[in-house]
Amino acid sequence: MKPSKSVGIVGYGAYVPKYRIQNTEIARVWGNDPNLVPIREKSVPGADEDSVTIAIEIARNALLRAGIDPKDLRAVWVGTESKPYAVKPTSTIVAEAIAATPFVNAADWEFACKAGSETVQACIAYVGSGMAKYALGIGVDTAQGAPSDALEYTAAAGGAGYIIGSAKESLAVIEGSLSYVTDTPDFWRRQHEHYPKHGNRFTGEPSYFKHVVSSSKALMEELGTKPEDYNYAVFHQPNRKFPLEAAKILGFPKEKVIDGLVSPYIGNTYAGSALLGLAAVLDKAKAGDKIFCTSYGSGAGSDSFSLEVTDKLSDRKVKAPSVKSYIERREEIDYARYARYRKKIRM
Amino acid sequence: MDDNVAVIGVGLGKVGEHWEKSLRDLAIESIWMAFEDSGIDKVDALYVGNMSSGPFVEQEHIGALIADFAGLGPIPAVKVEAACGSGGAAFIEGYMGVKSGMYDYVLVTGVEKMTDVLPSKTTSILANASDRDYEAFHGVSFVALNALVMRRYMHEFNVKREDLSIFPVISHKNAPFSKHAMYRKEISLEAVMNSPIIAEPLSLMDCAPICDGAASVILCSEKKAREFTDAPIIVSGVGLATDTLGVHDRKHMTTLSAAVEASKKAYRMAGVTPKDIDIAEIHDAFSIMSALSIEDMGFAKKGQGTKMALEGQHYIGGDLPINLYGGLKARGHPVGATGVYQIGELVYSLRGDGRVDAERGLAENIGGSGATISVCVLERGD
Repeated sequence: MKPSKSVGIVGYGAYVPKYRIQNTEIARVWGNDPNLVPIREKSVPGADEDSVTIAIEIARNALLRAGIDPKDLRAVWVGTESKPYAVKPTSTIVAEAIAATPFVNAADWEFACKAGSETVQACIAYVGSGMAKYALGIGVDTAQGAPSDALEYTAAAGGAGYIIGSAKESLAVIEGSLSYVTDTPDFWRRQHEHYPKHGNRFTGEPSYFKHVVSSSKALMEELGTKPEDYNYAVFHQPNRKFPLEAAKILGFPKEKVIDGLVSPYIGNTYAGSALLGLAAVLDKAKAGDKIFCTSYGSGAGSDSFSLEVTDKLSDRKVKAPSVKSYIERREEIDYARYARYRKKIRM
Repeated sequence: MDDNVAVIGVGLGKVGEHWEKSLRDLAIESIWMAFEDSGIDKVDALYVGNMSSGPFVEQEHIGALIADFAGLGPIPAVKVEAACGSGGAAFIEGYMGVKSGMYDYVLVTGVEKMTDVLPSKTTSILANASDRDYEAFHGVSFVALNALVMRRYMHEFNVKREDLSIFPVISHKNAPFSKHAMYRKEISLEAVMNSPIIAEPLSLMDCAPICDGAASVILCSEKKAREFTDAPIIVSGVGLATDTLGVHDRKHMTTLSAAVEASKKAYRMAGVTPKDIDIAEIHDAFSIMSALSIEDMGFAKKGQGTKMALEGQHYIGGDLPINLYGGLKARGHPVGATGVYQIGELVYSLRGDGRVDAERGLAENIGGSGATISVCVLERGD
């Protein structure tokens, strides 16, 4: 799918909370084998952080890079599955905080881990149709992992956001985007439940791999591109293993994936995951590089994007903190502080 | 009916995590395979071995369901339930249907669809086979019960854990050959020993996997069977026995009394002794169950159930090859279907699959922690 007007990324921003808990610490508490943990460590939001505060940090970083007037944004969309309010938009708080109100469309999007990439695709359409000069889409989460559940090792906090504008102003031009969706119940959280449930191995082959691979193949087919045409590939990263396996199936060598693979160091930031990986790649990319990106959301579906970096990236990427700087800014905490920050102790 | 009962058709569906197939899909697939194998296309009755279709897929009344969807017509069709021993129990019901002269052709289908629920629920559903008031209610799962029995066995007979963990290695040795097996690969003793502990001393690879599967066999009289083949496989002896539902009520928690009783009945009916058995399909849901079964069916003295295993006698070429298609551990253990898989696999081996030249074999199917056990002796009719 291509918009009628050529569009691209004008600015992008990322944010990762500074606290980290090691996987071995989680394994120690639950008596599990420390050698069988999925990643090294994951990010933990501080006591006063939530999806709103993280989204605001992301939006501010994106504005720093874009260098635009926030009043020119016609959309502030936030994709998340950790909304502080069940009913009341996250996006209005973000829009207000960055002074984008009142002539702006603000809404929260939900599709598990692909809610963020959906907002970006909608921004492409919004700007591409001529309805908006600029639109901001953010993917952010403070993901919930039930105590002792397998997902507790990876459920992390963070995200990234993208301001979409005309191609001529862009640091990376969007060549096309496509979605692939089926009704596949691999992971869910019902209303009033604190933690999600998941179908164990069902989350792999019929869910993650089927959707990521099908969506990626379909977009490349539509654009007439091949894995060899790309310098980087980014996939939704629930752990370290899945994105590397998806890349292998599609024919992307590990070297093209590793720069965007942030989950081993900060965990799975859910709706922020693929977008954060893309931000890490943009931090590194240079003019002319081609980037392929596919998200995955349980339920289930994938959004794929094909991008080409312009010469505007080098000046803009230094205007806000890089993903690497957020990864390196870390303070390790034990399970007790983690339990406090994540409100796992309920009376 | 004075005539013998024979197995003339076998259909063993691929065991695995079949998220895209329903219970009825699995059952019907195996039925079609059995019809194709037998050369007939209709039967007089259907017995379905199944443990927990209600809790697993919220579907009961599956005798009628499967008869309907398999297009079997208005034949009698009922579900037989004896926990993990449902398949073997259903097979014996089918055997009686033919042996009594009531039916000419009987279809026995074992089916279980276990992967539609979350693992915590699976553990709870399986615990329904224990004594709910005195075992499961207190939080004792099936793995825990088997771990208790294993610990006691190791203590009583001074047996090391690694001596018991050889059984999964034996079952997996035959798995690459087994087209319908879930895990078609060999595993090492080290891999079993180093796999994560589930309930000490049982580790992950001491336990058969949770999975989906369906198996069907078709029975008729030997006389009718000879219209289709010169080498029918004869069911020469069957035995089914029960024991206390709870492990704590047993005089000896390391003896499967039902295996002792059921095997005696089956041997007597077949006119054989354990020495006459060439191959065996053993209910290796947990490593400890293999050792107890070997002893209590008369292949070894009490406390000596691991001896032949350690000597390599249970591999192909040994004195008593076991689990020639992977057993529960490698083929998989779709609980209510397992007993029918075992019969089908025994038929394959006796027909001759190029690996063993066996005259006679035995299949042992256990329900719960040994409260129901069936033993069936099959032999070549050529």
